[in-house]
Amino acid sequence: MAAVLEILSTIPYDQILIQTVNGIVTGMILALVASGLTLIFGIMDVVNFAHGELFMLGAYVGVIVLAATGSFWLALVGATLVVALLGAALQIVTLRPLLGRDPLTTILATFGISLVLQNYALWQFGPVARKIGEPFTGQFTLFYLDYPWYRIVIALLSAAIIGALWLFLKFGTWGIWIRATTQDRVMAQAMGIPVPRVLTGVFAIGAGMAAASGVLFGPLVGVNHVMGVDWVLKAFIVVVVGGMGNLAGSIAAAIFISLLEAYASLWVSPAQAVIVSFVVLILTLLFRPTGLFVPTPK
Amino acid sequence: MSAVPTPAEALVSVDNIHTYYGKSHILHGVTLHIGAGEVVGLLGRNGVGKSTTLKTIMGLARPSQGEVRLAGRAITGLPAHKLARLGVGYVPEDRRIFRFLTVMENLRTGLDRHGVTSVRKQELLDKVFTYFPVLAERRQQPGGTLSGGEQQMLAIARAMMLEPRIILLDEPTEGLMPRMVSQIGQIIGALHRDGVAILLVEQNVPLTLEASERIYIMEKGLVRHHCTASDINVNDAAIRQYLGV
Repeated sequence: MAAVLEILSTIPYDQILIQTVNGIVTGMILALVASGLTLIFGIMDVVNFAHGELFMLGAYVGVIVLAATGSFWLALVGATLVVALLGAALQIVTLRPLLGRDPLTTILATFGISLVLQNYALWQFGPVARKIGEPFTGQFTLFYLDYPWYRIVIALLSAAIIGALWLFLKFGTWGIWIRATTQDRVMAQAMGIPVPRVLTGVFAIGAGMAAASGVLFGPLVGVNHVMGVDWVLKAFIVVVVGGMGNLAGSIAAAIFISLLEAYASLWVSPAQAVIVSFVVLILTLLFRPTGLFVPTPK
Repeated sequence: MSAVPTPAEALVSVDNIHTYYGKSHILHGVTLHIGAGEVVGLLGRNGVGKSTTLKTIMGLARPSQGEVRLAGRAITGLPAHKLARLGVGYVPEDRRIFRFLTVMENLRTGLDRHGVTSVRKQELLDKVFTYFPVLAERRQQPGGTLSGGEQQMLAIARAMMLEPRIILLDEPTEGLMPRMVSQIGQIIGALHRDGVAILLVEQNVPLTLEASERIYIMEKGLVRHHCTASDINVNDAAIRQYLGV
Protein backbone atom coordinates (compact mmCIF):
# COMPACT_ATOMS: atom_id res chain seq x y z
CA MET A 1 0.00 0.00 0.00
CA ALA A 2 2.78 2.38 0.94
CA ALA A 3 4.59 1.55 -2.28
CA VAL A 4 1.47 2.35 -4.34
CA LEU A 5 1.06 5.67 -2.53
CA GLU A 6 4.70 6.45 -3.16
CA ILE A 7 4.30 5.78 -6.90
CA LEU A 8 1.12 7.88 -7.00
CA SER A 9 2.87 10.74 -5.25
CA THR A 10 5.62 10.79 -7.91
CA ILE A 11 3.17 11.30 -10.81
CA PRO A 12 3.45 14.92 -11.99
CA TYR A 13 -0.30 15.71 -12.10
CA ASP A 14 0.25 19.39 -12.90
CA GLN A 15 2.44 18.55 -15.90
CA ILE A 16 -0.02 15.92 -17.08
CA LEU A 17 -2.84 18.47 -17.02
CA ILE A 18 -0.73 21.02 -18.91
CA GLN A 19 0.20 18.41 -21.50
CA THR A 20 -3.47 17.39 -21.80
CA VAL A 21 -4.35 20.98 -22.72
CA ASN A 22 -1.38 21.14 -25.13
CA GLY A 23 -2.35 17.82 -26.69
CA ILE A 24 -5.95 18.90 -27.23
CA VAL A 25 -4.89 22.24 -28.78
CA THR A 26 -2.44 20.58 -31.19
CA GLY A 27 -4.95 17.80 -31.80
CA MET A 28 -7.65 20.23 -32.88
CA ILE A 29 -5.33 21.96 -35.39
CA LEU A 30 -4.25 18.55 -36.67
CA ALA A 31 -7.90 17.49 -36.87
CA LEU A 32 -8.64 20.55 -39.01
CA VAL A 33 -5.79 19.72 -41.41
CA ALA A 34 -6.64 16.00 -41.42
CA SER A 35 -10.39 16.50 -41.93
CA GLY A 36 -9.71 18.33 -45.20
CA LEU A 37 -7.35 15.54 -46.24
CA THR A 38 -9.77 12.75 -45.30
CA LEU A 39 -12.68 14.55 -46.98
CA ILE A 40 -10.73 14.72 -50.23
CA PHE A 41 -9.67 11.08 -49.95
CA GLY A 42 -13.09 9.78 -48.85
CA ILE A 43 -14.99 11.45 -51.65
CA MET A 44 -12.52 11.75 -54.47
CA ASP A 45 -10.22 8.76 -53.80
CA VAL A 46 -7.36 11.21 -54.16
CA VAL A 47 -4.39 11.07 -51.82
CA ASN A 48 -3.56 14.76 -51.78
CA PHE A 49 0.16 15.20 -51.35
CA ALA A 50 -0.25 18.95 -51.91
CA HIS A 51 -2.34 19.39 -48.75
CA GLY A 52 0.61 20.63 -46.71
CA GLU A 53 1.39 23.24 -49.36
CA LEU A 54 -2.22 24.49 -49.29
CA PHE A 55 -1.76 24.83 -45.50
CA MET A 56 1.46 26.79 -46.12
CA LEU A 57 -0.08 28.96 -48.84
CA GLY A 58 -2.97 29.75 -46.49
CA ALA A 59 -0.48 31.02 -43.93
CA TYR A 60 1.29 33.18 -46.55
CA VAL A 61 -1.98 34.63 -47.86
CA GLY A 62 -2.80 35.31 -44.21
CA VAL A 63 0.50 37.19 -43.84
CA ILE A 64 -0.32 39.33 -46.91
CA VAL A 65 -3.92 40.11 -45.91
CA LEU A 66 -2.82 40.85 -42.35
CA ALA A 67 -0.17 43.28 -43.61
CA ALA A 68 -2.73 44.98 -45.87
CA THR A 69 -5.68 45.18 -43.46
CA GLY A 70 -4.22 44.74 -39.99
CA SER A 71 -7.06 42.35 -39.14
CA PHE A 72 -6.27 38.76 -38.19
CA TRP A 73 -9.88 37.73 -38.74
CA LEU A 74 -9.96 39.20 -42.25
CA ALA A 75 -6.68 37.36 -42.88
CA LEU A 76 -8.30 34.10 -41.72
CA VAL A 77 -11.39 34.52 -43.92
CA GLY A 78 -9.42 35.91 -46.88
CA ALA A 79 -6.83 33.13 -46.86
CA THR A 80 -9.56 30.47 -46.60
CA LEU A 81 -11.44 31.88 -49.59
CA VAL A 82 -8.38 32.54 -51.76
CA VAL A 83 -6.90 29.07 -51.19
CA ALA A 84 -10.33 27.43 -51.64
CA LEU A 85 -10.58 29.12 -55.05
CA LEU A 86 -7.02 28.09 -55.88
CA GLY A 87 -7.89 24.53 -54.82
CA ALA A 88 -10.93 24.55 -57.14
CA ALA A 89 -8.77 25.76 -60.02
CA LEU A 90 -6.08 23.12 -59.30
CA GLN A 91 -8.70 20.37 -59.20
CA ILE A 92 -10.25 21.45 -62.51
CA VAL A 93 -6.92 21.78 -64.28
CA THR A 94 -4.97 18.83 -62.88
CA LEU A 95 -7.23 16.27 -61.20
CA ARG A 96 -10.46 16.39 -63.21
CA PRO A 97 -8.75 15.16 -66.38
CA LEU A 98 -7.42 12.18 -64.39
CA LEU A 99 -10.86 11.03 -63.16
CA GLY A 100 -11.25 7.29 -63.57
CA ARG A 101 -7.53 6.78 -64.26
CA ASP A 102 -5.05 4.79 -62.16
CA PRO A 103 -4.89 6.31 -58.61
CA LEU A 104 -1.11 6.51 -59.06
CA THR A 105 -1.62 9.31 -61.60
CA THR A 106 -3.41 11.50 -59.03
CA ILE A 107 -0.69 10.78 -56.46
CA LEU A 108 1.95 11.92 -58.95
CA ALA A 109 -0.13 14.95 -59.93
CA THR A 110 -0.61 16.14 -56.34
CA PHE A 111 3.04 15.46 -55.58
CA GLY A 112 3.94 17.64 -58.57
CA ILE A 113 1.58 20.38 -57.38
CA SER A 114 3.21 20.26 -53.94
CA LEU A 115 6.69 20.76 -55.44
CA VAL A 116 5.52 23.64 -57.61
CA LEU A 117 3.72 25.41 -54.75
CA GLN A 118 6.60 24.92 -52.33
CA ASN A 119 9.16 26.33 -54.76
CA TYR A 120 6.82 29.13 -55.79
CA ALA A 121 6.58 30.15 -52.12
CA LEU A 122 10.38 30.00 -51.76
CA TRP A 123 10.81 32.15 -54.88
CA GLN A 124 8.09 34.62 -53.94
CA PHE A 125 8.61 34.98 -50.17
CA GLY A 126 12.19 33.85 -49.63
CA PRO A 127 13.60 31.43 -47.07
CA VAL A 128 13.19 33.72 -44.04
CA ALA A 129 10.20 32.83 -41.89
CA ARG A 130 7.39 35.40 -41.66
CA LYS A 131 5.34 35.99 -38.54
CA ILE A 132 1.59 36.29 -38.07
CA GLY A 133 0.78 38.29 -34.95
CA GLU A 134 -1.56 36.71 -32.40
CA PRO A 135 -5.01 38.31 -32.32
CA PHE A 136 -4.98 38.00 -28.49
CA THR A 137 -1.94 38.41 -26.33
CA GLY A 138 -3.60 37.60 -22.99
CA GLN A 139 -2.50 34.73 -20.78
CA PHE A 140 -3.92 32.84 -17.85
CA THR A 141 -2.15 30.96 -15.10
CA LEU A 142 -2.06 27.19 -15.42
CA PHE A 143 -0.13 25.94 -12.37
CA TYR A 144 3.36 27.42 -12.83
CA LEU A 145 2.78 28.47 -16.49
CA ASP A 146 1.41 31.61 -18.12
CA TYR A 147 -0.68 29.87 -20.75
CA PRO A 148 -1.67 31.95 -23.82
CA TRP A 149 -5.42 32.35 -24.34
CA TYR A 150 -4.76 32.25 -28.07
CA ARG A 151 -3.99 28.52 -27.91
CA ILE A 152 -7.40 27.89 -26.35
CA VAL A 153 -9.00 30.09 -29.03
CA ILE A 154 -7.31 28.00 -31.76
CA ALA A 155 -8.77 24.80 -30.32
CA LEU A 156 -12.25 26.35 -30.07
CA LEU A 157 -12.10 27.85 -33.57
CA SER A 158 -10.90 24.57 -35.06
CA ALA A 159 -13.75 22.78 -33.29
CA ALA A 160 -16.18 25.41 -34.62
CA ILE A 161 -14.94 25.02 -38.21
CA ILE A 162 -15.14 21.21 -38.00
CA GLY A 163 -18.61 21.53 -36.41
CA ALA A 164 -19.73 23.82 -39.25
CA LEU A 165 -18.41 21.28 -41.78
CA TRP A 166 -20.36 18.52 -40.04
CA LEU A 167 -23.59 20.57 -40.06
CA PHE A 168 -23.04 21.39 -43.74
CA LEU A 169 -22.48 17.73 -44.62
CA LYS A 170 -25.40 16.58 -42.50
CA PHE A 171 -28.13 19.03 -43.46
CA GLY A 172 -27.16 21.02 -46.56
CA THR A 173 -28.22 19.97 -50.06
CA TRP A 174 -24.58 20.01 -51.12
CA GLY A 175 -23.76 18.01 -47.98
CA ILE A 176 -26.21 15.30 -49.02
CA TRP A 177 -24.83 15.38 -52.56
CA ILE A 178 -21.29 15.00 -51.20
CA ARG A 179 -22.25 12.06 -48.98
CA ALA A 180 -24.18 10.41 -51.81
CA THR A 181 -21.18 10.86 -54.13
CA THR A 182 -18.92 9.27 -51.49
CA GLN A 183 -21.12 6.19 -51.31
CA ASP A 184 -21.87 5.63 -54.99
CA ARG A 185 -20.52 8.04 -57.57
CA VAL A 186 -22.30 6.39 -60.51
CA MET A 187 -25.71 6.36 -58.84
CA ALA A 188 -25.20 9.92 -57.64
CA GLN A 189 -24.81 10.95 -61.28
CA ALA A 190 -27.90 8.98 -62.24
CA MET A 191 -29.81 10.99 -59.61
CA GLY A 192 -28.87 14.24 -61.33
CA ILE A 193 -26.07 15.18 -58.92
CA PRO A 194 -23.41 17.13 -60.85
CA VAL A 195 -20.57 14.89 -59.66
CA PRO A 196 -17.70 16.77 -61.39
CA ARG A 197 -18.81 20.00 -59.67
CA VAL A 198 -19.22 18.19 -56.34
CA LEU A 199 -15.64 16.86 -56.61
CA THR A 200 -14.32 20.36 -57.35
CA GLY A 201 -16.33 21.74 -54.43
CA VAL A 202 -14.93 19.09 -52.08
CA PHE A 203 -11.36 19.86 -53.10
CA ALA A 204 -12.05 23.57 -52.57
CA ILE A 205 -13.48 22.90 -49.09
CA GLY A 206 -10.48 20.72 -48.17
CA ALA A 207 -8.08 23.39 -49.46
CA GLY A 208 -9.93 26.13 -47.57
CA MET A 209 -9.75 24.12 -44.34
CA ALA A 210 -6.01 23.58 -44.82
CA ALA A 211 -5.57 27.33 -45.37
CA ALA A 212 -7.61 28.18 -42.27
CA SER A 213 -5.41 25.88 -40.17
CA GLY A 214 -2.30 27.51 -41.68
CA VAL A 215 -3.46 30.98 -40.57
CA LEU A 216 -4.58 29.76 -37.14
CA PHE A 217 -1.29 28.00 -36.55
CA GLY A 218 0.81 30.80 -38.05
CA PRO A 219 1.18 32.78 -34.80
CA LEU A 220 2.61 29.73 -32.98
CA VAL A 221 5.38 29.01 -35.52
CA GLY A 222 7.09 30.97 -38.24
CA VAL A 223 5.51 30.91 -41.70
CA ASN A 224 7.91 29.39 -44.21
CA HIS A 225 7.77 27.40 -47.43
CA VAL A 226 8.24 24.00 -45.76
CA MET A 227 5.90 24.50 -42.80
CA GLY A 228 3.32 22.19 -44.39
CA VAL A 229 5.63 19.19 -44.71
CA ASP A 230 5.59 18.11 -41.05
CA TRP A 231 1.89 18.76 -40.70
CA VAL A 232 0.84 16.86 -43.74
CA LEU A 233 2.94 13.88 -42.64
CA LYS A 234 1.19 13.89 -39.27
CA ALA A 235 -2.16 14.43 -40.97
CA PHE A 236 -1.55 11.35 -43.14
CA ILE A 237 -0.78 9.30 -40.01
CA VAL A 238 -4.00 10.59 -38.44
CA VAL A 239 -6.04 9.78 -41.55
CA VAL A 240 -4.70 6.20 -41.66
CA VAL A 241 -5.10 5.63 -37.91
CA GLY A 242 -8.61 7.15 -37.96
CA GLY A 243 -9.67 5.12 -40.99
CA MET A 244 -9.17 6.46 -44.52
CA GLY A 245 -12.05 8.75 -45.47
CA ASN A 246 -13.66 8.61 -42.01
CA LEU A 247 -14.12 12.19 -40.78
CA ALA A 248 -15.06 11.40 -37.16
CA GLY A 249 -12.25 8.82 -37.01
CA SER A 250 -9.70 11.38 -38.19
CA ILE A 251 -10.76 13.88 -35.53
CA ALA A 252 -10.57 11.23 -32.80
CA ALA A 253 -7.18 10.01 -34.10
CA ALA A 254 -5.80 13.58 -34.26
CA ILE A 255 -6.62 14.19 -30.61
CA PHE A 256 -5.50 10.69 -29.57
CA ILE A 257 -2.08 10.95 -31.28
CA SER A 258 -1.49 14.53 -30.13
CA LEU A 259 -2.29 13.58 -26.53
CA LEU A 260 0.05 10.58 -26.72
CA GLU A 261 2.85 12.78 -28.09
CA ALA A 262 2.20 15.41 -25.44
CA TYR A 263 2.36 12.84 -22.63
CA ALA A 264 5.45 11.20 -24.13
CA SER A 265 7.26 14.56 -24.13
CA LEU A 266 7.00 14.53 -20.31
CA TRP A 267 9.71 11.90 -20.30
CA VAL A 268 11.54 12.34 -23.60
CA SER A 269 12.32 15.34 -25.79
CA PRO A 270 9.50 16.58 -28.10
CA ALA A 271 11.57 15.47 -31.11
CA GLN A 272 11.70 11.92 -29.71
CA ALA A 273 8.02 12.04 -28.75
CA VAL A 274 7.11 12.15 -32.45
CA ILE A 275 8.16 8.48 -32.59
CA VAL A 276 4.96 7.67 -30.69
CA SER A 277 2.80 8.61 -33.66
CA PHE A 278 4.83 6.34 -35.94
CA VAL A 279 4.50 3.50 -33.44
CA VAL A 280 0.72 3.99 -33.39
CA LEU A 281 0.72 4.05 -37.19
CA ILE A 282 2.69 0.81 -37.46
CA LEU A 283 0.56 -0.95 -34.84
CA THR A 284 -2.59 0.20 -36.61
CA LEU A 285 -1.38 -1.05 -39.97
CA LEU A 286 -0.37 -4.37 -38.42
CA PHE A 287 -3.43 -5.09 -36.30
CA ARG A 288 -6.28 -2.94 -37.57
CA PRO A 289 -5.48 -1.65 -41.06
CA THR A 290 -8.99 -0.28 -41.62
CA GLY A 291 -8.36 2.24 -38.82
CA LEU A 292 -8.62 2.37 -35.03
CA PHE A 293 -11.78 4.42 -34.99
CA VAL A 294 -13.83 2.50 -37.52
CA PRO A 295 -16.51 0.14 -36.18
CA THR A 296 -15.62 -3.53 -36.62
CA PRO A 297 -17.55 -4.91 -39.62
CA LYS A 298 -20.24 -7.38 -38.49
CA MET B 1 -38.89 -9.64 -86.55
CA SER B 2 -42.65 -9.27 -86.66
CA ALA B 3 -44.29 -6.03 -87.76
CA VAL B 4 -45.63 -4.17 -84.77
CA PRO B 5 -46.78 -0.62 -84.37
CA THR B 6 -44.06 1.64 -82.92
CA PRO B 7 -44.97 5.10 -81.71
CA ALA B 8 -44.56 7.67 -84.46
CA GLU B 9 -43.18 10.21 -81.98
CA ALA B 10 -40.87 8.08 -79.85
CA LEU B 11 -39.89 9.55 -76.46
CA VAL B 12 -36.67 7.55 -76.49
CA SER B 13 -35.12 6.22 -79.70
CA VAL B 14 -32.12 3.97 -79.64
CA ASP B 15 -30.64 3.53 -83.10
CA ASN B 16 -28.01 0.95 -83.93
CA ILE B 17 -25.90 1.39 -80.79
CA HIS B 18 -22.66 -0.48 -80.28
CA THR B 19 -21.20 -0.48 -76.77
CA TYR B 20 -17.93 -1.95 -75.54
CA TYR B 21 -16.63 -2.69 -72.04
CA GLY B 22 -12.92 -2.45 -72.63
CA LYS B 23 -12.35 -4.77 -75.58
CA SER B 24 -15.58 -6.75 -75.06
CA HIS B 25 -18.18 -5.88 -77.67
CA ILE B 26 -21.45 -6.03 -75.69
CA LEU B 27 -24.08 -4.33 -77.86
CA HIS B 28 -23.94 -5.10 -81.58
CA GLY B 29 -26.32 -2.52 -82.99
CA VAL B 30 -29.35 -2.38 -80.70
CA THR B 31 -32.36 -0.48 -82.01
CA LEU B 32 -35.52 0.14 -80.01
CA HIS B 33 -38.10 2.84 -79.37
CA ILE B 34 -40.27 3.79 -76.42
CA GLY B 35 -43.26 6.08 -76.81
CA ALA B 36 -44.36 8.68 -74.27
CA GLY B 37 -46.21 7.00 -71.41
CA GLU B 38 -45.59 3.54 -72.85
CA VAL B 39 -44.42 0.49 -70.90
CA VAL B 40 -41.98 -1.57 -72.95
CA GLY B 41 -40.45 -4.85 -71.80
CA LEU B 42 -36.91 -5.89 -72.64
CA LEU B 43 -36.41 -9.63 -72.22
CA GLY B 44 -33.47 -11.93 -72.75
CA ARG B 45 -31.23 -14.40 -70.98
CA ASN B 46 -28.47 -13.31 -68.64
CA GLY B 47 -25.55 -11.58 -70.31
CA VAL B 48 -27.27 -10.64 -73.58
CA GLY B 49 -26.81 -6.88 -72.99
CA LYS B 50 -30.13 -5.77 -71.46
CA SER B 51 -28.56 -3.89 -68.54
CA THR B 52 -25.88 -2.44 -70.85
CA THR B 53 -28.67 -1.11 -73.08
CA LEU B 54 -30.17 0.71 -70.08
CA LYS B 55 -26.75 2.01 -69.01
CA THR B 56 -26.08 3.26 -72.53
CA ILE B 57 -29.40 5.13 -72.62
CA MET B 58 -28.63 6.56 -69.15
CA GLY B 59 -25.21 7.82 -70.20
CA LEU B 60 -23.39 5.42 -67.85
CA ALA B 61 -21.82 3.52 -70.76
CA ARG B 62 -20.70 5.39 -73.83
CA PRO B 63 -21.61 3.85 -77.19
CA SER B 64 -18.89 3.75 -79.81
CA GLN B 65 -21.46 3.98 -82.57
CA GLY B 66 -25.17 4.74 -82.95
CA GLU B 67 -27.46 7.35 -81.50
CA VAL B 68 -29.81 7.79 -78.56
CA ARG B 69 -32.51 10.47 -78.78
CA LEU B 70 -34.84 11.82 -76.11
CA ALA B 71 -37.95 13.53 -77.50
CA GLY B 72 -36.08 14.09 -80.75
CA ARG B 73 -32.97 15.55 -79.12
CA ALA B 74 -29.68 13.68 -79.51
CA ILE B 75 -28.47 12.71 -76.03
CA THR B 76 -25.69 10.28 -76.98
CA GLY B 77 -22.68 10.85 -74.77
CA LEU B 78 -24.39 13.34 -72.43
CA PRO B 79 -23.34 12.74 -68.81
CA ALA B 80 -25.82 10.89 -66.63
CA HIS B 81 -26.53 13.84 -64.34
CA LYS B 82 -27.69 15.93 -67.29
CA LEU B 83 -29.92 13.11 -68.52
CA ALA B 84 -31.44 12.76 -65.08
CA ARG B 85 -32.29 16.48 -65.15
CA LEU B 86 -33.84 16.00 -68.60
CA GLY B 87 -36.25 13.46 -67.14
CA VAL B 88 -34.61 10.04 -67.40
CA GLY B 89 -34.95 8.04 -64.17
CA TYR B 90 -32.82 4.96 -63.54
CA VAL B 91 -33.47 2.10 -61.11
CA PRO B 92 -30.46 -0.23 -61.37
CA GLU B 93 -30.42 -3.97 -61.04
CA ASP B 94 -28.91 -4.07 -57.56
CA ARG B 95 -30.96 -1.03 -56.35
CA ARG B 96 -27.85 0.88 -55.29
CA ILE B 97 -29.60 2.99 -52.69
CA PHE B 98 -27.30 5.22 -50.64
CA ARG B 99 -26.97 2.88 -47.65
CA PHE B 100 -25.69 5.44 -45.15
CA LEU B 101 -28.20 8.14 -46.09
CA THR B 102 -31.63 8.08 -44.47
CA VAL B 103 -34.69 7.34 -46.59
CA MET B 104 -35.48 11.06 -46.64
CA GLU B 105 -31.91 11.96 -47.67
CA ASN B 106 -32.03 9.34 -50.42
CA LEU B 107 -35.16 11.03 -51.73
CA ARG B 108 -33.58 14.48 -51.41
CA THR B 109 -30.76 13.50 -53.77
CA GLY B 110 -33.30 13.77 -56.58
CA LEU B 111 -35.67 16.27 -55.00
CA ASP B 112 -33.31 19.14 -54.22
CA ARG B 113 -33.05 20.44 -57.74
CA HIS B 114 -32.89 23.95 -59.07
CA GLY B 115 -36.32 25.29 -59.92
CA VAL B 116 -38.41 22.92 -57.77
CA THR B 117 -40.55 24.94 -55.34
CA SER B 118 -41.06 23.75 -51.78
CA VAL B 119 -44.77 23.22 -52.56
CA ARG B 120 -43.86 20.97 -55.48
CA LYS B 121 -41.33 19.10 -53.34
CA GLN B 122 -44.02 18.39 -50.76
CA GLU B 123 -46.42 17.22 -53.48
CA LEU B 124 -43.81 14.80 -54.81
CA LEU B 125 -43.07 13.48 -51.34
CA ASP B 126 -46.79 13.08 -50.58
CA LYS B 127 -47.16 11.15 -53.82
CA VAL B 128 -44.38 8.64 -53.13
CA PHE B 129 -45.49 8.23 -49.53
CA THR B 130 -48.98 7.42 -50.84
CA TYR B 131 -47.48 4.82 -53.19
CA PHE B 132 -45.06 3.51 -50.55
CA PRO B 133 -46.49 4.17 -47.04
CA VAL B 134 -43.69 2.10 -45.47
CA LEU B 135 -41.13 4.68 -46.64
CA ALA B 136 -42.99 7.42 -44.77
CA GLU B 137 -42.74 5.34 -41.58
CA ARG B 138 -39.03 4.78 -42.13
CA ARG B 139 -38.07 8.21 -43.43
CA GLN B 140 -35.38 8.78 -40.78
CA GLN B 141 -33.92 5.26 -41.07
CA PRO B 142 -30.66 4.65 -42.97
CA GLY B 143 -31.35 3.07 -46.36
CA GLY B 144 -29.03 0.15 -45.60
CA THR B 145 -31.26 -1.00 -42.73
CA LEU B 146 -34.32 -1.50 -44.98
CA SER B 147 -35.39 -4.95 -46.21
CA GLY B 148 -34.75 -5.91 -49.84
CA GLY B 149 -38.32 -5.07 -50.87
CA GLU B 150 -38.25 -1.75 -49.06
CA GLN B 151 -34.93 -0.90 -50.70
CA GLN B 152 -36.49 -1.60 -54.09
CA MET B 153 -39.39 0.70 -53.23
CA LEU B 154 -36.91 3.37 -52.17
CA ALA B 155 -34.96 2.97 -55.43
CA ILE B 156 -38.17 3.51 -57.45
CA ALA B 157 -39.35 6.35 -55.18
CA ARG B 158 -35.95 8.03 -55.50
CA ALA B 159 -36.18 7.93 -59.30
CA MET B 160 -39.71 9.38 -59.09
CA MET B 161 -38.29 12.44 -57.30
CA LEU B 162 -36.78 13.50 -60.63
CA GLU B 163 -40.30 13.79 -62.15
CA PRO B 164 -39.07 11.57 -64.97
CA ARG B 165 -40.63 11.22 -68.38
CA ILE B 166 -39.21 7.71 -68.55
CA ILE B 167 -37.90 5.28 -65.93
CA LEU B 168 -35.37 2.62 -66.87
CA LEU B 169 -36.23 -0.27 -64.52
CA ASP B 170 -33.61 -3.01 -64.32
CA GLU B 171 -34.90 -6.26 -62.80
CA PRO B 172 -36.99 -4.63 -60.08
CA THR B 173 -38.38 -7.94 -58.76
CA GLU B 174 -35.07 -9.79 -58.50
CA GLY B 175 -34.80 -11.59 -55.18
CA LEU B 176 -38.13 -10.34 -53.85
CA MET B 177 -40.85 -12.44 -52.22
CA PRO B 178 -44.07 -12.98 -54.25
CA ARG B 179 -46.09 -10.41 -52.29
CA MET B 180 -43.48 -7.76 -53.07
CA VAL B 181 -43.36 -8.81 -56.72
CA SER B 182 -47.09 -8.17 -57.13
CA GLN B 183 -46.67 -4.82 -55.33
CA ILE B 184 -43.93 -3.81 -57.80
CA GLY B 185 -46.31 -4.80 -60.63
CA GLN B 186 -48.95 -2.49 -59.16
CA ILE B 187 -46.45 0.37 -58.92
CA ILE B 188 -45.50 -0.06 -62.58
CA GLY B 189 -49.22 0.14 -63.41
CA ALA B 190 -49.63 3.29 -61.30
CA LEU B 191 -46.62 4.97 -62.97
CA HIS B 192 -48.08 4.03 -66.37
CA ARG B 193 -51.40 5.65 -65.44
CA ASP B 194 -49.47 8.78 -64.41
CA GLY B 195 -48.07 8.95 -67.94
CA VAL B 196 -44.51 7.87 -67.12
CA ALA B 197 -42.89 5.73 -69.82
CA ILE B 198 -41.06 2.64 -68.57
CA LEU B 199 -38.41 0.46 -70.15
CA LEU B 200 -38.61 -2.69 -68.06
CA VAL B 201 -35.81 -5.25 -68.02
CA GLU B 202 -36.98 -8.40 -66.27
CA GLN B 203 -36.39 -12.11 -65.85
CA ASN B 204 -39.97 -12.45 -64.61
CA VAL B 205 -41.70 -13.08 -67.95
CA PRO B 206 -45.34 -13.20 -66.72
CA LEU B 207 -44.96 -9.87 -64.91
CA THR B 208 -43.32 -8.27 -67.96
CA LEU B 209 -46.04 -9.52 -70.30
CA GLU B 210 -48.75 -8.28 -67.96
CA ALA B 211 -47.19 -4.83 -67.41
CA SER B 212 -45.92 -4.08 -70.94
CA GLU B 213 -47.56 -3.04 -74.16
CA ARG B 214 -44.65 -4.08 -76.37
CA ILE B 215 -41.78 -6.48 -75.93
CA TYR B 216 -38.25 -6.55 -77.29
CA ILE B 217 -36.28 -9.78 -76.91
CA MET B 218 -32.49 -9.62 -77.00
CA GLU B 219 -29.90 -12.24 -77.80
CA LYS B 220 -26.12 -11.80 -78.06
CA GLY B 221 -26.18 -8.03 -77.95
CA LEU B 222 -28.93 -7.60 -80.53
CA VAL B 223 -32.71 -7.21 -80.55
CA ARG B 224 -33.90 -10.46 -82.16
CA HIS B 225 -37.64 -10.15 -81.71
CA HIS B 226 -40.13 -7.34 -81.36
CA CYS B 227 -43.86 -7.76 -80.85
CA THR B 228 -46.81 -6.65 -78.76
CA ALA B 229 -47.27 -8.32 -75.41
CA SER B 230 -50.62 -9.70 -76.59
CA ASP B 231 -48.86 -11.40 -79.55
CA ILE B 232 -46.68 -13.32 -77.15
CA ASN B 233 -49.62 -14.16 -74.95
CA VAL B 234 -51.22 -15.78 -78.01
CA ASN B 235 -48.08 -17.37 -79.44
CA ASP B 236 -45.16 -17.90 -77.10
CA ALA B 237 -42.76 -19.47 -79.62
CA ALA B 238 -40.37 -16.52 -79.37
CA ILE B 239 -40.26 -16.84 -75.59
CA ARG B 240 -39.39 -20.51 -75.91
CA GLN B 241 -36.84 -19.86 -78.63
CA TYR B 242 -34.93 -17.00 -77.02
CA LEU B 243 -35.55 -17.45 -73.31
CA GLY B 244 -35.95 -21.22 -73.12
CA VAL B 245 -38.98 -21.01 -70.78
